[in-house]
Amino acid sequence: MLDALGEAGLHAIQTSGTTTRNTTADHFAGAAADELTDPRPYAELIRQWSTDHPEFQFLGRKFKIAVTGSPNDRAVTKAHDVGLRMVEQNGEIGFEVIVGGGLGRTPMVGKIIRDFLPQADLLPYLESVLSVYNVLGRRDNKYKARIKITVQENGIDKIRELVEARFEERRREFDGTDQALLAEIKTHFTPPALRSGATDAYQAAYNADPVFRAWADTNLAAHRDADHAIVTISIKSHGATPGDASAEQIRVMADLAEEFGYDELRISHQQNVIIPHVHKSDLPAIHARLKEHALATANIGLISDIIACPGMDYCALATARSIPVAQQIASRFDELKLEHDIGHLQIKISGCINACGHHHVAHIGILGLDRAGVENYQITLGGDATETAEIGKRTGPGFAYDEIVPAVERLVEAYLAIRSSDEETFLETYRRLGMEPFKSALYPEAQKKVA
Amino acid sequence: MARPFTPKVITANDLLEGDVIYFMSDDSWTRDLSQAELIVDEAEAQLRLLDAERQNIRIVGAYLADATAGEQGPEPVHFREDFRRKGPSNYSHGKQEAEAHV
Ligand code: HEM
Ligand code: SF4
Repeated sequence: MLDALGEAGLHAIQTSGTTTRNTTADHFAGAAADELTDPRPYAELIRQWSTDHPEFQFLGRKFKIAVTGSPNDRAVTKAHDVGLRMVEQNGEIGFEVIVGGGLGRTPMVGKIIRDFLPQADLLPYLESVLSVYNVLGRRDNKYKARIKITVQENGIDKIRELVEARFEERRREFDGTDQALLAEIKTHFTPPALRSGATDAYQAAYNADPVFRAWADTNLAAHRDADHAIVTISIKSHGATPGDASAEQIRVMADLAEEFGYDELRISHQQNVIIPHVHKSDLPAIHARLKEHALATANIGLISDIIACPGMDYCALATARSIPVAQQIASRFDELKLEHDIGHLQIKISGCINACGHHHVAHIGILGLDRAGVENYQITLGGDATETAEIGKRTGPGFAYDEIVPAVERLVEAYLAIRSSDEETFLETYRRLGMEPFKSALYPEAQKKVA
Repeated sequence: MARPFTPKVITANDLLEGDVIYFMSDDSWTRDLSQAELIVDEAEAQLRLLDAERQNIRIVGAYLADATAGEQGPEPVHFREDFRRKGPSNYSHGKQEAEAHV
């Protein structure tokens, strides 16, 4: 398998172990309209620097870094050990550096250690963060061998002081080789030569075909070039396994990327497929082809665009199933025909406290547990995976397997009844009114007892 | 006092196919829990687990799982083993598909 991966230019170095893991960037990198500059060369620079870095091979546990190329965070940087959010200050582009985020059994939102780091200082600064962590980090307990614990135990101010002091020393050891390397790396990420041409075909289809319009409204994102769009292909067809595509569907998507997408295609952590650069005139043809292969579901960002981890159907660590719960929620809201009315709402489901489904940062998070030998699902509300990251709060007692879908339905009904307007999203309503109205919808019995 | 030992079966996954499998008294493997060897002695369980793990060229992740004696042979105790016995709930693949074709 490693040989076959190698032939395709892929490897598995530092995808596990107590080192810096593969660095992630946001899935719209190099294409998004709101991007300041492409984050991928920085991610690649970090990868090359961290690979076999002798000082940081024994960090106690994994260490994860994510980079997002725009102030709008699409890479969940605040749930990583180190998050880098690209920002602009006085016309210069740099990074806001966030440390100590994480999910798993001790979820934490990362804290800002530096609000502006000039891009040229990236590696010496990261090296200082890791070096401080390497000295202070806990090695006595594997659950505590994460920088989130170090930040919590020492306080962000102390960590910042130590990192800045170390940075003064480390910076002098960098002689500009890293910047030369970065310039070289950038040549491997040159954007495709974008086509120009009329986009009338797109407008015509948009006006004439309501099915195409619904898909365009949910599945397209703004490209930096006004004649292009970013296409998200939903791998969340209602009632199917989130993120699963057949071999035939995967070939269809690869062909589309080759034909219309400058030969580029990506997988997002939200379990969808992205074609980052598409000329708008090609969108109707792409949509028609996707429809033929059951890939044209128009639900990106909606209630059925659920992240679900493999759960007990596949994962040895699981305490409950997640996939069937996602399937049932998606089918139920499809039946109710409410999905577009509900609008932006992220549900994420994990089958154990490791939180691979990122349920902590979902608007509605679902965590499957084993309570005395039966599956039990805990709900959290108000989580947020973006630059305004929050960890969701538990509503109260969990729900049995056959009660979880009705519980989600009650939550959504409550939201529809109390939102201030059609434009107010679930998360905004929750932020305005807090937990109470949702709690009374979830636990009507308990409410009666109090009254 | 130590907890009393409860009966066990040895279960694992087929290394190449991935299917859930169970160890039988003749040291071979079955996809059918009711055919598995039910082990009632703690020391015997540890020894049999070593026997099973020796076959690591064909199997992966062997462990002891609680089971009870049923009319048709061993039955699962925990819902995890009940799911593993049947296979994933989202697809009929692996042994479920094989069974559907016989
Ligand atoms: C199918 C793909 C994936 C699998 C099977 C997976 C699995 C896991 C597992 C098992 C953990 C928990 C580890 C532990 O705490 O011991 C974890 C944590 C995590 N995953 Fe993933 N993951 C996947 C994809 C991703 C992607 C694409 C991202 C990035 C966007 C990501 C971000 C994270 C983060 C940030 C954590 C750390 C949470 C923490 O420990 O504080 N995962 N993942
Ligand atoms: S959250 Fe738990 S059950 Fe789900 S994939 Fe991760 S480890 Fe497995």
